[in-house]
Amino acid sequence: MAALINVPAKAKRGDVIEIRTLTSHIMETGFRHTADGRLVPRDIITSFTCRYNGTEIFRADLFPAIAANPYLSFFTVAKESGKFEFEWTGDNGYSSTASASITVE
Amino acid sequence: MNFWRAIAVATLLAAAPALLAGEIAPEARRSGYAFMGPDTRAMQDDDTSNPGMLFVLDGETLWTKKTGSAEKACADCHGDARGSMQGVAARYPAFDKTQGRPVTLDQRINLCRANHQQATPLPYESRDLLALSAFVAHQSRGVAITAGEDPQVKPFVEQGRDLFMQREGQLNLACTNCHDDNFDKHLAGAPITQGQPTGYPLYRLEWQTLGSLERRLRSCMSGVRAQAYDYGAPELVALELFLMSRARGLPMETPAVRP
Repeated sequence: MAALINVPAKAKRGDVIEIRTLTSHIMETGFRHTADGRLVPRDIITSFTCRYNGTEIFRADLFPAIAANPYLSFFTVAKESGKFEFEWTGDNGYSSTASASITVE
Repeated sequence: MNFWRAIAVATLLAAAPALLAGEIAPEARRSGYAFMGPDTRAMQDDDTSNPGMLFVLDGETLWTKKTGSAEKACADCHGDARGSMQGVAARYPAFDKTQGRPVTLDQRINLCRANHQQATPLPYESRDLLALSAFVAHQSRGVAITAGEDPQVKPFVEQGRDLFMQREGQLNLACTNCHDDNFDKHLAGAPITQGQPTGYPLYRLEWQTLGSLERRLRSCMSGVRAQAYDYGAPELVALELFLMSRARGLPMETPAVRP
């Protein structure tokens, strides 16, 4: 699915940088019913992880009360040039990945 | 005395050219953006936090994807949308010669699918149709709205104006009662806007998805307890056309974010 990632392209070593992620997902709560009374099954993202050059630096568990197209923002320290890898996993075997690179001077 | 009163009335009438009663003067027109709080504005302004951009990305993929029995993509005829589609959405709904009436951007996309791609039409409010129209309209971001200038659509603008002024539903309200006469006030805590359709299709936090102007109009109609027109109905297209011509000069914002 489509994802929008905002990682600064360049940073100074030791800088605190903000990472912003937005991904497409309906986040169906599992609590809603159709007009004829049947339960709409839950379909949400349950976990998000961010790896910085292979090391996990951020993880979040997501729950039914989180709105569609979840937006997550967090901070880290720019240590070395390399790659951020993002992964969203969820119900019905849902999995989506994205990545972004950074140059640290 | 009556003589002077007549002169005063004549002067007032002469000073207000082309504006009908209750209409908003061009310099007083404001996008719904101006009525939102700082958080929602920030969400719209940053392309990596604007959820509407997810649909624009999907639309970009669909633009170059071959479809239908003609095995053609939008890009095969129109090339790079960044050039070919710039400013297009700002003049929609636009007159279609074969139909003999104005069509919306969504309808234009489906006409293209039927005539040039030999593909089935995409249902109204389906993800693919919203994504394509968001992608096309995004190419007009910042372009001033010019819809309604074509002389062929004038009668339809008038039809739209009549619908806008006509009271309907159990609450017996016309669009104009809120959006011309009472904007800047509040309705159950939410600001009443001027109803300027500058950013469609737009992402409503309430819908948690992108939606078309027709969806917005239909929810206003159920709001006043009226029977909403079906998607694609000539009345909705005429209303849409009137609203766009009423917003003439305002810049396009697609994809906008609204509460």
